[in-house]
Amino acid sequence: MKITVPMDSAAKAVGADEVVEALLAVAKDKGIEIDITRTGTRGMIWLEPLVEVEIDGVRHGFGPATPADAAAILDGSSDKALGPVEALDWMKRQTRLTFARVGIIDPLSLDDYQAHGGLAGLKRALSLTGQEITDEVKASGLRGRGGAGFPTGIKWQTVHDADAPQKYIVCNADEGDSGTFADRMIMEGDPFTLIEGMAIAGLGVGATKGYVYLRSEYPDAINVMRKAVDIARKAGVLGADVLGAGRAFDMEIRMGAGAYVCGEETSLLNSLEGKRGVVRAKPPLPALEGFLGRPTVVNNVISLATVPVIFEKGAQHYADFGLGRSRGTVTLQIAGNVARGGLFETAFGIGLDEVVNDLGGGTLSGRPVKAVQIGGPLGSYLPVSKFDAKLGYEELDSQGGLLGHAGLVVFDDTTDMLGMARFAMEFCAVESCGKCTPCRIGAVRGVETIDRIAQGDMEALPLLADLCETMKDGSLCALGGFTPLPVMSAVTHFPDAFSQTKEAAE
Amino acid sequence: MPTPEATIDSAQIGRIISSHTDLEGPLLPILHALQDAFGFVPSQAHAPIAEALNITRAELHGVISFYHDFQTAPQGRHVLKICRAEACQSVGGKALAEKTLAKLGLDWHGTTPNGAVTIEPVYCLGLCACAPAVMIGDKVIGRVDDTRMDSIISEAGA
Ligand SMILES: Cc1cc2nc3c(=O)[nH]c(=O)nc-3n(C[C@H](O)[C@H](O)[C@H](O)COP(=O)(O)O)c2cc1C
Ligand code: FES
Repeated sequence: MKITVPMDSAAKAVGADEVVEALLAVAKDKGIEIDITRTGTRGMIWLEPLVEVEIDGVRHGFGPATPADAAAILDGSSDKALGPVEALDWMKRQTRLTFARVGIIDPLSLDDYQAHGGLAGLKRALSLTGQEITDEVKASGLRGRGGAGFPTGIKWQTVHDADAPQKYIVCNADEGDSGTFADRMIMEGDPFTLIEGMAIAGLGVGATKGYVYLRSEYPDAINVMRKAVDIARKAGVLGADVLGAGRAFDMEIRMGAGAYVCGEETSLLNSLEGKRGVVRAKPPLPALEGFLGRPTVVNNVISLATVPVIFEKGAQHYADFGLGRSRGTVTLQIAGNVARGGLFETAFGIGLDEVVNDLGGGTLSGRPVKAVQIGGPLGSYLPVSKFDAKLGYEELDSQGGLLGHAGLVVFDDTTDMLGMARFAMEFCAVESCGKCTPCRIGAVRGVETIDRIAQGDMEALPLLADLCETMKDGSLCALGGFTPLPVMSAVTHFPDAFSQTKEAAE
Repeated sequence: MPTPEATIDSAQIGRIISSHTDLEGPLLPILHALQDAFGFVPSQAHAPIAEALNITRAELHGVISFYHDFQTAPQGRHVLKICRAEACQSVGGKALAEKTLAKLGLDWHGTTPNGAVTIEPVYCLGLCACAPAVMIGDKVIGRVDDTRMDSIISEAGA
């Protein structure tokens, strides 16, 4: 009996390892022969642990499984049966390009990877010049998935054109935004995709060395990525002679140290160099003076992990999906107080209402939705009245929102919006690198000002708006610069939470 | 497992440092390796690191103090990180954290008197679709409620 169970940390966090133990114990007890492969997660986190049993070549799902379900899953009588996994609504409605293999293959089997299209992109890239590679990325319309949405091909062009004895590819795997886990999921579920994407980037811009800066909060991802790099090196995917083509590219996994601001690219580079993770002034751009002062591509995990499929299927295939200037697919992460949370990859342009209420099924608590925060701790809180917004970079921006890394956190009607605004300031104060005053001091004053409002001091409200303006205009990076977004969106869309009537009503 | 300060082995410190010096940007890997070995970055390591990497002790101190991860003294036998970020808050993470701290009579970063558990805040564990989430050692746990939390801290010996 062929069985798969995810080893993704979200699956483990809800008991996947215990379910595997139970399956093995029952199988031994009953003399059933089973072969369990650990995979990434399909992304349907509300169904985790999701056990898949192969029946006549089709994978059937059982979930959310508990150890007590093991016997019934093995004898086919389980009431957790979901039918063929690929036929589930959540799976059928997706366009899985970047995440095509996640949940399906053994993450650390290079054979499995290749059997599912892996390395096809790298092989094609090896037949192209650096300029052709860069042009292909430009033609795909790929924009950085780390938050800013900067066109990846243009960034690569700058590094390609720079003349230097050494260039670098740095993958930003700091994924600190609340509500996001796509980077983690792909690193745990299909690590070779990221390795392949970095190798193609290296060939494109003429960089022979890569680093993945991976946050320490992700021990499982670190473990999988380190093993995958070793395997890739032994198999000649990485090293002095990539796939025997006479080109060099190698990479290392480096662990962060628990600083949110190190997700900001210049702070990340300082951290990688062994310095305090303070933000650098730009210019110079990292593309020209990055790691150790050398030209460096800094890209998000999902940006780089999407490169192989662009080269496998062609730039046009990728660019054909999407809306407006947002081309390709967006890897939505649906999280928080939501009935069905998880990862959903689809063409840009899907509506917010469809994501929260249809796919997500509304709140987990069963109460009305109050707000959704999109784009992490620096993103806006959007009220239900904005749910006709379309998820694309420009489209969301026009609604006062920020797509960022495409995480959506759902909140129900019990949420204290003043409390959330206060938290945004508090978080900024805790995580500020301290280099610029508007962020370092502004955030502390922000917490105090919101506390005054909470105590009914209405004069503090215009002060808060002023302070937010100062932070927005005067901060060196988007930590101080965008913290006003969640704060002021809460004030604007949920004014009751900031008015004296609140005290009176309670 | 944290090591008592008295038993820090300077030869081991030297080995850890020298095994990293050929890296580009070796400082964070060295600090992580020291913390792995001893449970914190021992002050005995400061001078040899500064010398090996040709940086001042002030610079080194600046780096160690910048990052939430690096500890300058031993922590409890288990470090329990409770997520404070938004997705966890949306499903009761704040109340869960407050109750846990109150039950143990601790503040954030505090350690139980018996040395069993240190409670640290963390801002997102990437488990936002199965929140509230915590991590004890390297083990992640999602959908944590009061009962689950009780068993986590009692198993840890708090
Ligand atoms: C405070 C702050 C935190 C950030 N955190 C991340 C992060 O965790 N991951 C990421 O890819 N980008 C993050 N960014 C964006 C990076 O600075 C940078 O734009 C990105 O790594 C570029 O890659 P991309 O073009 O592929 O998106 C952050 C930015 C700021 C200001
Ligand atoms: S917000 Fe707590 S795990 Fe992401």
